[in-house]
Amino acid sequence: MSEWIEVVELTQIPVLGSRVIKTQEMDIAVFRGSDDQVYAIRDACPHKNGPLSQGIMHGTSVTCPLHNWKIDLNSGEALGPDEGCANVFPARVEKGRVYLQLKPAEAVA
Amino acid sequence: MKEKLVLIGNGMAGIRTLEELFKLEEVDKYEITVFGDEPHPNYNRIMLSPVLAGEKTIDDIILNSREWYAENDITLHTGDPVVKIDRIACQVKSISGKSVAYDRLLIATGSNPFIIPVPGADLDGVIGFRDIKDVDAMLEAASNYKKAVVIGGGLLGLEAANGLMKNGMDVTVVHLMDILMERQLDKSAAGLLKESLEQKGMQFLMEAQTAAILGDERVTGVKFADGSEVEADLVVMAVGVRPNIELAQKAGIYCERGIVVNDTMQTFDPKIYSVGECVQHRDQCYGLVAPLFEQAKVCANHLAHLGYGRYEGSVTSTKLKVTGIDLFSAGEFTEEEGDEILVMQDPAQGVYKKLVIRDNQIKGAVMYGDTMDGTWYFQLLREGTDISGFRSTIFFGQHDLGDAGHGDEARIANLSDDAEICGCNGVCKGDIVNAITTKGLFTLEDVRIHTKASASCGSCTGLVESILASTVGEGYSAAPSKKPMCSCTEHSHDEVIEAIQKEALKSMRQLFDYLNWKTPDGCASCRPALNYYLLARWPEEYQDDAQSRFINERAHGNIQKDGTYSVVPRMFGGLCTPKDLRAIADVCDKFDVPEMKVTGGQRIDLFGVKKEDLPPMWKDLSDAGFVSGHAYGKAMRTVKTCAGKTWCRFGTQNSTGLGVKLEELTWGSWMPHKFKLAVSGCPRNCAEATIKDFGVVCVDSGYELHIGGNGGIKVRVTDLLCRVETEEEVLEYCGAFTQLYREEAHYLERTAPWVERVGLNHIKQCILDDEAGRKALNERFKIGQQYAQIDPWKARADGAHTNEFTPIELAV
Repeated sequence: MSEWIEVVELTQIPVLGSRVIKTQEMDIAVFRGSDDQVYAIRDACPHKNGPLSQGIMHGTSVTCPLHNWKIDLNSGEALGPDEGCANVFPARVEKGRVYLQLKPAEAVA
Repeated sequence: MKEKLVLIGNGMAGIRTLEELFKLEEVDKYEITVFGDEPHPNYNRIMLSPVLAGEKTIDDIILNSREWYAENDITLHTGDPVVKIDRIACQVKSISGKSVAYDRLLIATGSNPFIIPVPGADLDGVIGFRDIKDVDAMLEAASNYKKAVVIGGGLLGLEAANGLMKNGMDVTVVHLMDILMERQLDKSAAGLLKESLEQKGMQFLMEAQTAAILGDERVTGVKFADGSEVEADLVVMAVGVRPNIELAQKAGIYCERGIVVNDTMQTFDPKIYSVGECVQHRDQCYGLVAPLFEQAKVCANHLAHLGYGRYEGSVTSTKLKVTGIDLFSAGEFTEEEGDEILVMQDPAQGVYKKLVIRDNQIKGAVMYGDTMDGTWYFQLLREGTDISGFRSTIFFGQHDLGDAGHGDEARIANLSDDAEICGCNGVCKGDIVNAITTKGLFTLEDVRIHTKASASCGSCTGLVESILASTVGEGYSAAPSKKPMCSCTEHSHDEVIEAIQKEALKSMRQLFDYLNWKTPDGCASCRPALNYYLLARWPEEYQDDAQSRFINERAHGNIQKDGTYSVVPRMFGGLCTPKDLRAIADVCDKFDVPEMKVTGGQRIDLFGVKKEDLPPMWKDLSDAGFVSGHAYGKAMRTVKTCAGKTWCRFGTQNSTGLGVKLEELTWGSWMPHKFKLAVSGCPRNCAEATIKDFGVVCVDSGYELHIGGNGGIKVRVTDLLCRVETEEEVLEYCGAFTQLYREEAHYLERTAPWVERVGLNHIKQCILDDEAGRKALNERFKIGQQYAQIDPWKARADGAHTNEFTPIELAV
């Protein structure tokens, strides 16, 4: 089990928006839903590596800004007839702070 | 406990209703049982003609496999028709003795071919043309016999005749009237059709009334009222269909010609719904697929207890599925008093087009030989578009207008499979046809989702619609006249704009609640539109929602394919000083800008800027006196100017000076789409003002104002709005026109298609004829500008929205 890392205060992420977390390995986008749930996903669309962090979030998915692929933030899977999957990471909120695990969650089949 | 839903009729309308229900995520609401008369799962009945003609197989036309029923937990009983509905016990009984209870019942029993009640109609070899069984019977007859008679020269009869002919039979079509397809065609088009079918070898007996079918066991001939006879080994009756209402009638459900339903597809028994060809709605029975699908959608809405869908009837169009023959008809084609008729005829080319016009709107269209623009005319008809602006060129087709189409290459039937249709996404004709047939697609929206064709710039929409129409024939479900904004709502753009105004909706949440949005917070398509509508209507009160803006507008720069941004400082009227250029050069040095370019709009574009560098870069630009150029937004972009009379020996007015004034007036304004202006100092028009959204061409006596042009995918030249004498008038008319566009156009609709949609006359009425209205529009524009002309770059350089631009660095 990989450890939980505190990354940011929840209030520093806009509702239905995201922040970019830069790690040594990659960029991760952390989204905040309208119900204050948080989601962490690798900041690269499975289609052409578009920065998902810059997309519009709705419900529990985000639309990539480059070519409008819709990605499910729970699974990382592309929705609709598009096929592809981006890594997602476990994320949670505790006492107003957002924590991440940097080991990708098991892909949901 | 789940409620029980029973569907009688395993055909296209009934199953489509279930699919629509599943789309509403109401899968778990019902335990579903389906009874079907035929032994097959749901198949595409309108594709029977190509199957008969040997162009497709039965497997090709299956729409829902048995696995589909299993996956959706539907109990399917094929080859087991329901024989009784017990409305008191709320259960149905099938021929094999199965009894199933229902909470809701859906009757979709379709229609039966009408068999003319003449002696011999029950002989062997006399059939209708309705299902796979009939096709099998025809194919079998074709391999054993030679002579076929098809009674009925309508759509179905001609398709049957064509199929039989392809299978090697000698075919005679018998028709009661003197013209073929009299419900869809006028005399001229029907004449052309008959001629080309005769060339293919089809024979006709017109104005022939069938008196008897001859034969002992199997049919041997047909006898007519005038005593003449014709030999036949097979007789296909294709004289129309009758709604199949026997079962409903026996159960005491109120029927006339069909099962009578209201606008929610409910019968007189509130637990029982009905859709499809068995239905009579507002006195109409429909036999084409497009209306049935609209009914299915409404019915599903009510089965899901949503309760707001309304079916209000359909306008239908027809295309004949006989390879090599192009025929299209829609709406009314026989003129009433006061109608005007436009006809284009070229007998040598076999082309005939007729439009019926009433009050400047298309009421009907008949086309033969060249049906390329059928879908366009049909769209104009359904939307009630005022055609007065392009009436003189309407026969040249849509590609002669501005916003769509690729011209003459668009002869769909002649295109090879590898012809590229959608240039944006690289989709070929073959891909589209393949997706339509294998995935059972019927709508433009479906094709877009599955193939991406026409899903980007949309310029090939007309082509894709034509491919769709020619591939699925009359099954093509043209978008209903009322187009919902997106899949989050049933409401159209116009309805949303009206509700924002009438109900004083001033926040996204209010709007979602009041209009029953289906998704909790919209989608990437509707949120930017709603944010714009609210902002345009309530500039003083509405709080702009950054998260509902596309990233370019949120970050105030254009996102590039590598995730960096481009920056375009505003240079009013394209004028600049050495100091300005030095400041830009210094900024580029400081932030390592890898590439600079002069844009088409006479500004300087700085590429490859990292997002986190944007605010400090803007600070330097702001200190040097620059504001945002809004090159990234659905907004007023630039005013392009020529040198003008200060320098140019031809110049008639100060075009650069006027350009600066126009840009000072309009900069910062959010728009439905990008909006460009230009001022040319003389009619040589060096600033290309006649392909701008608002263009000014200076003349010696004043200024010509031009509107509704664009370069882009399909160039559209502006319409001349008027001539004015002073710069003050130019500014007033510009403000008024801009505001009219901001208030009336749909989001993502540029002025060119908007002007075509509402008509130049409408714009002239609002801007020229109504002086008070013009001044009020201009006033409203100026009020909005007080809030819009706060430079977003300076605000962010001074610390607004820092989170947007600041990544979080982790040491791991």
